[in-house]
Amino acid sequence: MSGAIVQFLDDRANYVASSSSSHGWVTPAGIIPVIIAGALFVWLVQALPVIADGSSLRYVWPWVPTLGVNVSFLIDGLSLMFGLLITGIGALVMLYSAKYLAGHPQQARFSLLLTSFMLAMLGLVMADNLLSLFVFWELTTITSYLLIGFNHDSAKSRRSALQALLVTGVGGLALLAAIILIGTVAGTFELSEIRAMPGVLTQSTLYLPILILVLLAAFTKSAQMPFHFWLPNAMAAPTPVSAYLHSATMVKAGIYLMARTHSSLSGTDVWLWTLTIAGAATMVFASVIALRQTDLKQALAYTTLMALGALTLLLANDSGYAITAAVTFLMVHSFYKASLFLVVGILDHQTGTRETTKLFGLGRTMPVTATAAVLAGLSMAGIPPFLGFIAKELSYAGSLEVASSAMFVAGAFLVASALMFAIGGIVGFRPFFSKAGPRMEGIKEAKWPMLVGPLLLAFLGAGFGIFPGLLEVYLVDPTVAAILGEPGLAKPLHLWAGFNLPLALSVATFVIGYAIYAFATPLRALLVRLGDRSPSFDNGWDTLLAGVLAGAKWQTRVIQTGQLRFYIMVTFITTLVALAGTMVFRQAVTLPVAWSPVGLTDWLVFGLVLVGTGLTIVTQSRITAIAGLGVVGIGIALIFVLYSAPDVAITQLLVETLIVVLFAAAALRLPRLGAEPLNERWLDAVVAIGLGVSVSLILLMSTAGPIDRSLTDFFEASSYPDAFGQNIVNVILVDFRALDTFGEIAVVLVAAIGIFALLRSKPEKDEA
Amino acid sequence: MKSIILIAGSRLLVALMTVFAVYMLLRGHNQPGGGFIGGLLAAVGFVIYAIACGTEGARQALRFRPTDIAAVGLGFALFAGVMAAFFSDDFFTGQWLFINATPQDKGIPLSSVLVFDVGVFLVVFGSVLSIVFALEEEV
Repeated sequence: MSGAIVQFLDDRANYVASSSSSHGWVTPAGIIPVIIAGALFVWLVQALPVIADGSSLRYVWPWVPTLGVNVSFLIDGLSLMFGLLITGIGALVMLYSAKYLAGHPQQARFSLLLTSFMLAMLGLVMADNLLSLFVFWELTTITSYLLIGFNHDSAKSRRSALQALLVTGVGGLALLAAIILIGTVAGTFELSEIRAMPGVLTQSTLYLPILILVLLAAFTKSAQMPFHFWLPNAMAAPTPVSAYLHSATMVKAGIYLMARTHSSLSGTDVWLWTLTIAGAATMVFASVIALRQTDLKQALAYTTLMALGALTLLLANDSGYAITAAVTFLMVHSFYKASLFLVVGILDHQTGTRETTKLFGLGRTMPVTATAAVLAGLSMAGIPPFLGFIAKELSYAGSLEVASSAMFVAGAFLVASALMFAIGGIVGFRPFFSKAGPRMEGIKEAKWPMLVGPLLLAFLGAGFGIFPGLLEVYLVDPTVAAILGEPGLAKPLHLWAGFNLPLALSVATFVIGYAIYAFATPLRALLVRLGDRSPSFDNGWDTLLAGVLAGAKWQTRVIQTGQLRFYIMVTFITTLVALAGTMVFRQAVTLPVAWSPVGLTDWLVFGLVLVGTGLTIVTQSRITAIAGLGVVGIGIALIFVLYSAPDVAITQLLVETLIVVLFAAAALRLPRLGAEPLNERWLDAVVAIGLGVSVSLILLMSTAGPIDRSLTDFFEASSYPDAFGQNIVNVILVDFRALDTFGEIAVVLVAAIGIFALLRSKPEKDEA
Repeated sequence: MKSIILIAGSRLLVALMTVFAVYMLLRGHNQPGGGFIGGLLAAVGFVIYAIACGTEGARQALRFRPTDIAAVGLGFALFAGVMAAFFSDDFFTGQWLFINATPQDKGIPLSSVLVFDVGVFLVVFGSVLSIVFALEEEV
């Protein structure tokens, strides 16, 4: 409850900020996004006739051709329909926000984020390559995170944003795994090629893992139960964001994924029942909870969940009616839901509240808003002649011929549609015409940029309802063909389909819906009482996060002792066990027969290294120990010199010098080594000797075998003619393998910055 | 540790080592040397200077912050790679220019490979010094 108040105050602050500069909404930050979205919309519109003819457009740019990764875009019915919704509603919402956020100090950031989101979403629905689809998918997650957390000084916003990020992020990881599996099975990442191979995924042994991962991605993104809880919380975002991302576009990305993979993954019992049960549960649960809300925005958020559930439920099937219903419902839902969200935004902006218990009698002072609200509300309620009615009829027709259980699916639709009817009335009618409460006085109508969007979208719902033929030819038919993979299966859109069972169900919907609307207040009180007793998913989320954090803390406490000696010991023991274990179990130890002669200089260097090692072990002074290690290092450098690797030798010498200098600088401040008796360091001795012996054996064995000289020969032959250098080591470093070197020096720099930052950041006393 | 002899000696030494480091860098393509060794050598020179005169003095003698030097070096290396794009070659393809070349002699060779090696030199030099200076100032 306190969260709602904080959110209310935040929105109030935006409202004050914008009303203080009521003129001058035509700023670059406000207008440029509208132009971008509008231009993209126009560009997509002119593709309509081509797509309606049954062809598709494909654009390919190779990215990593060796791995089959392309930036490829495909415009077919499905992606065009989504693209038009994204850019069309995008343009209207951006025009709306230009006014809604006019004068907000961070309006430019908002516009940038919203535009980035739009482009990412557009890329997502157009992408033909699964890996580019994944990149766009993640981009929508990130931009959505930033937009939900736009009011970042509110703790509630930050929590909601993080919750959405984590839930959809899990889905993103699942999607990546699914894509890799699909690529392995199908041999390509191009969606159009995968669709051209029917059954390649459903008949594969990896079908079940692929399906689970794809559905995990789709369900988290589209907020299906049990991942639904993030969507109502995401309403912490400014209202234009909720209207755009969390009703019309982003949450439909999961639906898009299911529609896009429909022809490749559907048709099995697992697909049918998973989608049916998840969709029906989400639909009914969400529509019941929606009635409970008094905040109009929350009520709309839950009806969005209901719509997503309905779409999932319809996509479970592969009958023409069900898919036609899904496509029509998706479009009409985008129209009326975006419109209603924008209306709620206007109410919030003009009156400062979104509570149904306070908003009454605004019809006379806000006639334009009221018109938009009523039209959208009627479409949502599914009353003829609105497009919502056609979508509802089709849904009933589709649910009566499902392969799962017609009774169950049609029943779920009846409950949900009746509740939609009631909520359509609560949002679209009650604030303006109900006399159930005192009229709000002194409220002004909003300015035209905020009215265009909701009004136009509401009229679209009415216009397409009266003339459904246009929609059918240009959008519904091509989209259904794209989802099902073959043309000619779409069912016609009729306002009047004759006296049939769907019509009877519609009438039943109106009767039950009106009853719910009339008794909304006592029903809500009942639901609130019930809701207080049932467990909350949102609290479950907090418990889960707390559990993960506690687990991480426990693990850190156990593993991270903070003692360098412990870390080195663990590393060395692991290496020793791996090396020696392999050698013993594989019985791989074969010593070479022929030893090359060992000269006097070799013996001298060997002696030097031995003396250095002994000195390091025996001494009790750190400086002496470091000097001893330096002697060992210089001995090794001498070995490099003897075997003619001057570059390596010089580097070794310089690094040794630096290490000694660095250690010496530190050692001056450290206490003397403890006088630990040699016989208590037996574990050190065992590990050290064991590791030394193992490594020596491996070296001896590897030099005994024939050495592959093909690389060496290549570099010797081409170093001077191709790269104009006689020092092969250097030529490899800076020319043949320059990219590797570049990566290495980047690592050196990052390490330096890391060490610098570690040394410079003083730990806080109270945290330590 | 204030020692006149060490301070005076280190001043001479740092100049000599820097010159030698540049020499190692330039000859690296044909003889032992190169950016990595050159960068380490120059760094050792300044480390000695820092031991003798303190890190404050060494930082002043260096004029630039070591992390900046390293970052500029990475930029040099990246530029050397991108340079190939101006000649429609793949990333990091070496570009060569031979000044006063005759059929017998290659003249003065200039190349993007040398730019890359200078980048390596600066990254190693800057990174090592930023670590050493930070450590010395810490303890």
